[in-house]
Amino acid sequence: MNTLVYLMPIALVLGGLGLAAFLWALKSGQYEDLDGASWRVLDDGDGRPQD
Amino acid sequence: MSCCATAVATTLDAGKAGQTLPTSEELWLASRALRGGLRRTDLSVPGVHCGACITTIEAALRARPEVERARVSLSSRRVSIVWKEEVAGKRSDPAELVRAISERGYETHLFTPREEEGDSVLKQLIRAVAVSGFAAANIMLLSVSVWSGADAATRDLFHWVSAMMAGPTLIYAGRFFYQSAWNALRHGRTNMDVPIALAVTLSYGMSLLETIGHGTHAWFDATVTLLFFLLIGRTLDHMMRDRARSAISGLARLSPRGATVLHADGSREYRAVDEIEPGERLMIAAGERIPVDGRVVLGSSDLDRAVVSGESAPMRVAAGDIVEAGTLNLTGPLVLEATASARESFLAEIMGLMEAAEGGRARYRRIADRAAQYYSPVVHLLALLTFVGWMIIEGDARHAMLVAVAVLIITCPCALGLAVPVVQVVAAGRLFRGGVMVKDGSAMERLAEIDTVLFDKTGTLTVGRPRLVNAAQIAPDALAMAAALAVHSKHPIATAIQDAAPRVSPLEADVREIPGAGIEVETPGGVYRLGSRNFATGGPGSASGQSEAVLSLDRRELACFRFEDRLRPATASAIDQIGEMGLTVAILSGDRKLVVQALAEQLEIKDWKAELSPRDKVQVCADVSDSGGRALMVGDGINDAPALRAAHVSMAPAAAADVGRQAADFVFMHQPLTAVPFAIETSRRAGRLIRQNFALAIGYNLIAVPIAILGYATPLVAAVAMSTSSLIVVANALRLNGLASSSAHEGRWSAAAAQPSGSGR
Repeated sequence: MNTLVYLMPIALVLGGLGLAAFLWALKSGQYEDLDGASWRVLDDGDGRPQD
Repeated sequence: MSCCATAVATTLDAGKAGQTLPTSEELWLASRALRGGLRRTDLSVPGVHCGACITTIEAALRARPEVERARVSLSSRRVSIVWKEEVAGKRSDPAELVRAISERGYETHLFTPREEEGDSVLKQLIRAVAVSGFAAANIMLLSVSVWSGADAATRDLFHWVSAMMAGPTLIYAGRFFYQSAWNALRHGRTNMDVPIALAVTLSYGMSLLETIGHGTHAWFDATVTLLFFLLIGRTLDHMMRDRARSAISGLARLSPRGATVLHADGSREYRAVDEIEPGERLMIAAGERIPVDGRVVLGSSDLDRAVVSGESAPMRVAAGDIVEAGTLNLTGPLVLEATASARESFLAEIMGLMEAAEGGRARYRRIADRAAQYYSPVVHLLALLTFVGWMIIEGDARHAMLVAVAVLIITCPCALGLAVPVVQVVAAGRLFRGGVMVKDGSAMERLAEIDTVLFDKTGTLTVGRPRLVNAAQIAPDALAMAAALAVHSKHPIATAIQDAAPRVSPLEADVREIPGAGIEVETPGGVYRLGSRNFATGGPGSASGQSEAVLSLDRRELACFRFEDRLRPATASAIDQIGEMGLTVAILSGDRKLVVQALAEQLEIKDWKAELSPRDKVQVCADVSDSGGRALMVGDGINDAPALRAAHVSMAPAAAADVGRQAADFVFMHQPLTAVPFAIETSRRAGRLIRQNFALAIGYNLIAVPIAILGYATPLVAAVAMSTSSLIVVANALRLNGLASSSAHEGRWSAAAAQPSGSGR
């Protein structure tokens, strides 16, 4: 029972972090052009991220 | 890469066909001001479809000094450019940006950004899916511990934590269902969302009571998982519509954004179409579209009225003639006096006709809603009976309520809520790869039911562009000369001559175009003329009028070119396939009788009607539905738009008029007409799968409901049963892709996807 007191918040915080990361990625437009992203991976241009 | 080879090939094309690029003023008008002297322009580039295209366009744009950022989005086929208003003190010209793209062989179009509202809903839905997924996973972990034996204080703790996660999730992610259910109930209807909202709320409330009373069973996991699955279905449904909409709105537009207004003092001003008042004078250059209805004051020209009347031959206009909004000015500059504002123009009248024709469509109820109509009363009655039954047997209200909630959860249309969208998304994906866009899922349901196919002629069965038919009989020299002259004109016949010539070397000399007649050029060798017989040789004009052109040197005939409108590729085989499906085929055209008859005979279509007005076409569609039939209308022009709305379901080629594309349920991107049977076949198959899924869901209920009614449905059983049924339904939907496909269409034309679309006209 005692371990649960630590483990449950830890589990929830870790899950929450994942959720937050996803929401951030969504907000910053990373899912807007999934087709394009799959091509950009293969693009060996000058190596700097294209904005 | 194959696609980029075609892209290069079209470079020449874009050059010679003279794709009208938006003017600088138009681009300024359409761009958005950002902070720091930057502006942003969004362009639709329907031709991009691979990594190389992205790199090419972005590199071309970045090479320009005024460009701050450029990014191509492959999903929406758009490029967004952020550029500086001034570079080194000089005002930059956005037309240069567009030119940089079109020089690489890509067609560009402006689009109206007001279509973007759908995006925010999609984002909200995805966020709701993420939140409910997070909650479902965590609650499920806690529930597994409860199922595997956690009891007393531990179980209560787990239940409380679950309750605290499920509550906010229900409010945040469940609001889509609550809103929709409330909407339906307020109007005295039920839909799929009513049982969902009720089951979710009741199960949460009941679980909370159980938790407070230290009970053993709580349904938080089922509640949230249910929400999660259903939201996935909802999101897929929304995504499908969104994708098609953005692709469709990004294509060529017909109504111009603005026009040059001539003031009395001779000054010019470029103004948005909405701000043009009747009585104002407008400058329309050759190659521009007429923005509002008007009367010609100065100049003469040929007008392409195909989108308005379906007539394939251009019409000559001169001072005093009335012109309609949306028609294309082909050969000479015109000065117009606007006779109506944009709201009252011909286009607006068509819109009115379309709204009036809406009837049949509005009455259509989606298959899921029709199912819900029977489903939800049965489920609610069952739950109520269960409650009453257990009250009679045991007299324990708490236990009776628990069992009733279990019935509600287990029968909740999880599989049904997923079944339809998943099948439709898979089918829409298949259609998309075959070059057909679907506006919404109900269109596929309706397409599966049709028994008649009505085709428009110009632009649908035919490409709407004349083709040189006697090229073999013409001396190569004469053809080359004619093509060199033709480069200077936008007339469809001139374009056809250019297409027929193997190589075109433009003339350096001074070329004049005489609207309604032809082109002439003075060379050291004499005066060359290309145009009507009357114009070229001075002799009498021929009866066949527009279907021939004569090349002459000093009034001496050198060659006579004959033209006919060419059939859309694979038209005959498409008609055959439609016939094999047991459907009736008919032609509805606004064009002249002789032309339509010839085409009908060529395609062996017995049923045809010519010289129809937009109203007549609507009438034909109405007649079909009155006699109990269901018609698919395939058409492209503005004159078809009301009929596209009036028909049970409709389809338009990508090159169609804006209004036509908006009115149609399906839009096909590639040239061949086999897209039509392909779409019908896919829709029918999707319809079969949806019915199978319904059968599966009902079968599942037949097994699960007795278990629930008898009180054996613990939360564990409910969770397992619900998830399995959903997974089975999804797996069945995915079979649509795997089914051995008879669709040569898909394979053949995925290669054609390479063609920058919209280049048909």
